[in-house]
Amino acid sequence: MMTAESTIAAPAVVQSGTHGMPRHHVYIFGGLCALVLAAPFFLYPIFVMKILCFALFASAFNLLLGYGGLLSFGHAAYFGMASYVSAHAAKVWGLTPELAILSGTAIAALLGLAIGALAIRRQGIYFAMVTLAFAQMVYFFSVQAPFTGGEDGIQAVPRGNLFGLFSLADPLTLYFVVAAIFLFGVLLIYRIIHSPFGQVLKAIRENEARAISLGYKVNRYKLGVFVLSATLAGLAGATKAIVFQLASLTDVYWTMSGEVVLMTLLGGMGTVFGPMVGAGIIVTMQNYLATAGDWVTIIQGAIFVVAVLLFREGVVGVLSKWLRKPL
Amino acid sequence: MFELLGIPPQALFGQLLLGLINGSFYAVLSLGLAVIFGMLNIINFAHGAQYMLGAFVAWMLLNYLGIGYWWALIIAPVLVGIIGIVMERLFIRRLYHLDHLYGLLLTFGLALIITGVFKQNYGVSGLPYQPPPLLAGGRNLGFMYLPYSRGWVILASAVVCFGTWFLIEKTRLGAYLRAATENPTLVGAFGINVPLLITLTYGFGVALAGFAGVLAAPIYSVNPVMGENLIIIVFAVVVIGGMGSILGSIVTGFGLGLIEGLTRVFYPEGSAVVIFVIMAIVLLVKPAGLFGRTA
Repeated sequence: MMTAESTIAAPAVVQSGTHGMPRHHVYIFGGLCALVLAAPFFLYPIFVMKILCFALFASAFNLLLGYGGLLSFGHAAYFGMASYVSAHAAKVWGLTPELAILSGTAIAALLGLAIGALAIRRQGIYFAMVTLAFAQMVYFFSVQAPFTGGEDGIQAVPRGNLFGLFSLADPLTLYFVVAAIFLFGVLLIYRIIHSPFGQVLKAIRENEARAISLGYKVNRYKLGVFVLSATLAGLAGATKAIVFQLASLTDVYWTMSGEVVLMTLLGGMGTVFGPMVGAGIIVTMQNYLATAGDWVTIIQGAIFVVAVLLFREGVVGVLSKWLRKPL
Repeated sequence: MFELLGIPPQALFGQLLLGLINGSFYAVLSLGLAVIFGMLNIINFAHGAQYMLGAFVAWMLLNYLGIGYWWALIIAPVLVGIIGIVMERLFIRRLYHLDHLYGLLLTFGLALIITGVFKQNYGVSGLPYQPPPLLAGGRNLGFMYLPYSRGWVILASAVVCFGTWFLIEKTRLGAYLRAATENPTLVGAFGINVPLLITLTYGFGVALAGFAGVLAAPIYSVNPVMGENLIIIVFAVVVIGGMGSILGSIVTGFGLGLIEGLTRVFYPEGSAVVIFVIMAIVLLVKPAGLFGRTA
């Protein structure tokens, strides 16, 4: 999709991480773990869990945009559909939470495979429009399908017992489960980015024609990263359904797709930690402006405009340039 | 009366008429997107919001100034076009040297702002717009009843589509425009003010959206969210048709409207998604779109 003058890209210093994690990344991940473990004792756990779910969602999205160079405008489809299936599995099928989350994630993977296989046939802005249109199709399906509960959504989803043993009704237990899922997700994304697969992806992003000439099956890589991104977005959505005990149309609507783009853009696309920072900022803002109604939309729109015009590298991108280290 | 596959003709032609009306909006909106894309190489995500602006400007003209529908058909697109020109000069212009995706993100943000402001001030319940007396009533065509207001929408869109096609394909200005699309540097070297041409093109595309909004005002209610879902369907229309050809956008728009209308008759549950299904098939069979030139 990107031509030679690829501008949606990571900071210029791209470091091959084949020899293990660079030291400053180890420190940052260590700090992140400490922060995540300490947070519920200082902040309202549900609020932190919301940030963790969206941070994972944005990181999954960034895998596709920042490293694959593919702008999907329909990631709400995987997030929302996984959330529905997870909620349905826990409530109607009576599955334990880990199985409910897994079934939601699996559906997101299948949906990603189906939509991705079609979408990668077009490039650039067409790719964005195709993914948006398919996500809208998933939305219309969710409005009509009986199991989603239409306008009401699926409410009062039981949190159940993890592995049938540990009750997730206790907020702290639930919190540490969500924190574990989050850390697993972001470390997996980190591993993917720095694997040989991730390196080829970056090559395709920078110069697709050259990658083809080097003999890479570009479309397989694109589809691969699309499915991975959709699956991890699904993991975030499925977890969110258990945390909030709710799956609703909001999660599958195009505004959600826009929000995850905004989080990634604001935090810094193509950076490892940017999407998490962006998610933190946006969720916190929504939390404080919860009563302000449509002002949230207006402010989000304004952030979009300012970020695109003046702040394309995002918070972490700027920081990374300043420290001269890839973050 | 005869029946066709168990469907009474009144219902069949009624739905086909509704389909043709939807098709009119798809055609005018995708035409605007194609014109803007051809020149600026960006997808104008704010197109739906600008369509909504057209309807609101018409409503404001009527309710605040007492200016009726027929004048609004001229004034509202011009005003919305000027708003578009201001947006292009202030914001969009700064992105031409970047990846086209930034244009999409920027116009998405602008759409959020415009829609949010109107939601904040007018709510989402919708405001009625009284159709002008000339369009009241209708005529029984024997096989169906044709309300004038609906017939007018189809006629007006067809005329505007034809006019746009004529302007771009058959006039000197259109020739400049097509030349500047192919090679802006060379056209600039011939002394044509390309940046101005780009600004005017954006304004024109946006004015088309505003015009569609005025047409929509009397038949749907005037609502801040009226453009939100429509624009996503129009994106699918654009993917199906491909943005390479003006005529292609028009034909695809009207055609898909008709197909949607037919689906509503024979399989109502599928009518919301039929266009997306067609998009999937087109992506499989002819990824560049029915009228697309490049892959």
